[in-house]
Amino acid sequence: MTHAAATVDQMQPPFPAERGLDVYNKKLGMWVFLASEVMFFAALIGTYIILRFGAPGEWAKPGIVLNIQITAFNTFLLICSSVSMVKAYAAIQDGDVGKMRFWLLLTILGGATFVGIQIFEYVHLVERGFVPSGAREGSEIADLVAKGTLPAATIGLYGSTFFTMTGFHGFHVTCGVISMTYLFFTKALPGKYSRSDYAGIETVGLYWHFVDLVWIILFTIVYLI
Amino acid sequence: METAHKRPNYLLIWAYLAILTAAELALAFRLPIATNLKLLLLLFLAIWKAALVGMFFMHLKFERWSLRILAIVPLPLAVIFILAGMSEHIW
Repeated sequence: MTHAAATVDQMQPPFPAERGLDVYNKKLGMWVFLASEVMFFAALIGTYIILRFGAPGEWAKPGIVLNIQITAFNTFLLICSSVSMVKAYAAIQDGDVGKMRFWLLLTILGGATFVGIQIFEYVHLVERGFVPSGAREGSEIADLVAKGTLPAATIGLYGSTFFTMTGFHGFHVTCGVISMTYLFFTKALPGKYSRSDYAGIETVGLYWHFVDLVWIILFTIVYLI
Repeated sequence: METAHKRPNYLLIWAYLAILTAAELALAFRLPIATNLKLLLLLFLAIWKAALVGMFFMHLKFERWSLRILAIVPLPLAVIFILAGMSEHIW
């Protein structure tokens, strides 16, 4: 029996296990996941750099195809939502459940608005003829390519890299909004978070700030350079 | 929870991020400087902004070194990964 009990203990350590890094499991798990996400986005950004600098011609100049003003606003919005997320975290650390709910809700709204604006941007771009394969025949973008305003040799690469990188980032933002909405209704609203238990807010917050961090890099390399 | 630490001024970080974003836009579209210099400065500003988010919003500045290492290690690996790809296709 003693041997059996010891075996059970080894297989199922008491929760929460805080050995090694001395970080609770959910947080450590999120950091390991984020480390893998760094490599995921490194693959996308690395591919973009290789395609862009190895391209058989010039790349489209910033601001000709993409709407910089609306994306700059979206960038600002995501930064604001990161601040509201960290304010939610600070509020629950202080034990202020009401403020935590307010800031979390504001973060959800900010994230949802970001996704909404990105969908609007995509629809507008596709209407103008900018598609993942480049320029759609007979469209405004195809006219710009024909006039030489946009480079014909790289417009396909431009379209595919743009939609792949921003699309995967948008997917991550959508996942973040869904996760936060789930936490809001199942944990925050019923009052399950407190000064002594706010692991969900901290871990989803880490994910949300990472998504913001990736957008900061993507905004610069896709829209400004 | 073991995350008690001195709390940064989040609104000040927000203001820094907003100002740096405005600086990026001005640099990209207003300032008439050489393309390569512009590229370097824009990357510098982007990394600065990303570092602010990592250090203050993700609280890496206040975490233990063991956790910081977990966050930092993928970055040089990602750079090596990108440089290896570039070396095959560009250089």
